[in-house]
Amino acid sequence: MSDPVIRINKMNKWFGNFHVLRDIDLNVAAGEKTVICGPSGSGKSTLIRCINRLEAHQEGEIEVEGVTLDGSLKNLEEIRSNVGMVFQQFNLFPHMTVLENCTLSPIWVQQKSQAEAETLARELLERVRIPDQADKYPGQLSGGQQQRVAIARALCMNPRIMLFDEPTSALDPEMIKEVLDVMVELANEGMTMLCVTHEMGFARQVADRVIFMDEGEIVEENAPEAFFSNPENERTQLFLSQVLTH
Amino acid sequence: MSSWTPTAPRPAPSNTVGFVAWARANLFATKLDTALTLLAFTLVVYVVEAIFGWAIIDASFTGDDRTACLKEVQGACWPFIEAKFGQFIYGRYPDAERWRVDLVFLSGLIGLIPMLMPNVGFKRANMIYLLGFYPIFAFIMLNGGMLGLAMVDTTDWGGLLVTLVVAITGIVASLPLGILLALGRRSDLPIVRALCIGFIEIFRGVPLITVLFMASVMLPLFLPDGINFDKLVRCLIGVALFSSAYMAEVVRGGLQAIPKGQYEAAAALGLGYWKTTHLIILPQALKLVIPGIVNTFIGLFKDTTLVLIVGLFDLLGIVQLHFTDASWATPETHITGYVFAGAVFWLFCFAMSRYSIFMENHLSTDRTSS
Repeated sequence: MSDPVIRINKMNKWFGNFHVLRDIDLNVAAGEKTVICGPSGSGKSTLIRCINRLEAHQEGEIEVEGVTLDGSLKNLEEIRSNVGMVFQQFNLFPHMTVLENCTLSPIWVQQKSQAEAETLARELLERVRIPDQADKYPGQLSGGQQQRVAIARALCMNPRIMLFDEPTSALDPEMIKEVLDVMVELANEGMTMLCVTHEMGFARQVADRVIFMDEGEIVEENAPEAFFSNPENERTQLFLSQVLTH
Repeated sequence: MSSWTPTAPRPAPSNTVGFVAWARANLFATKLDTALTLLAFTLVVYVVEAIFGWAIIDASFTGDDRTACLKEVQGACWPFIEAKFGQFIYGRYPDAERWRVDLVFLSGLIGLIPMLMPNVGFKRANMIYLLGFYPIFAFIMLNGGMLGLAMVDTTDWGGLLVTLVVAITGIVASLPLGILLALGRRSDLPIVRALCIGFIEIFRGVPLITVLFMASVMLPLFLPDGINFDKLVRCLIGVALFSSAYMAEVVRGGLQAIPKGQYEAAAALGLGYWKTTHLIILPQALKLVIPGIVNTFIGLFKDTTLVLIVGLFDLLGIVQLHFTDASWATPETHITGYVFAGAVFWLFCFAMSRYSIFMENHLSTDRTSS
């Protein structure tokens, strides 16, 4: 395995007095697909939000592509431009068209020309299969379409790592598949992905590794086959029996 | 396997649509409704008839002095307005120089009208014209004292001219100042935040009259000898600071309504504080608070009448001043003057109100727009 692109070492985080992440150690290799699951409140979202410092950690180190996440603004900008993020609630900008959402970062952060940014955005909208919605506003799209725009918007930064924070949890069942299809395609193209999700089918299909978290700790990690068929930890077994049998 | 076809929609029953159905449902649904409808209708007829009678039928329209307005049954005394119209618009601005005021009004409209129409281009050039060139041009034209223009002291300015100068300066200055104060109040920097809170709370907690008095009477006491601002300028600054405190709280209401996810998405895309504020947060926040912003503008426009108490004659002030003219002393002069002043104020405020509704609809990005 090549050098890890994300290196997390003994990381701790508190919300006030609440110890939300405890001694997290995690290395992610280039091109690796990691799925993080666990009960709500287990700290899984907080963990991936620490990777682009939407949440600041208090102890330990996080290193993304060799750049250390400390308070430094320069390091932070460098990391954020390499890391794309997709949110549970899409968080599209409602006052901008789909195309403007996508060209925002290329134009204002990467200083590309308008024409260049639009070509790139249309290409990526094609890839997420909604090229014909480019001039609409997010409010006019379905949830599944909005989430695919959000993925295209993140990809427009040309990131080397993509973080997904429960990307399908706010979607109707009929729309989950269209988003997962796009994510599977992305995974097959070799993108490094960290994905918080409860979609166990997706985990089986694309993940190189599944991580189970509870109470702010990584309880168990394993390849998907072994993880699902033969969980080692009692807590993992209980969780899996609850998600898989309903 | 049987296939399912959705049922085609049918038109609504004819007795539930159209004017008759609307009237039946909204005006004559019950006996009480019918009685209230008839009562309201009678009241409207009565009021409209009274206003129409006063303003048109019993009114005088021509004449040169008070004798025109002393009929047995006298309505409005319009000749009074006609005779004093120049004063109401320009105050004591010299007759020979009034073309300069007209030119300032006209050149303002030339910039403002295309600026207010969303579909007209050249917004950036227009902005430079309105905010860069126009204020300097207006100052030189109105004040004079250079380029061969005779000096017209601000104590001679009056009427609608003063109302518009105070209101427009206040409006133009209060929005950017208010935005900065609102951002400052939400800042993570404790000193910036404390200064903004202090400024807002002081100016919001003090009546405008006090601010104007302080600006015109007390400020000179604190300034070193020989340095003296024009009274109008001091009032302009007072009004601008006062209204920016109100504006700040309106804008803060909008900022508060933007979900945290918008900030996070912008951060994840690599946008810094100012880019996020300018591209993501303010466009949404300001759109949300258009009604509040325009509310503040309208309040400010009407508050300009308070400059009277420091000796500046705005439209209302100058109308009142002319009530003392013995050659126009009739029982109807006061009411006619007040109605005229009220109508002019109402016209401006109503225009602002309609424009704000137009902008709200124009900026709406809900499903209805394309």
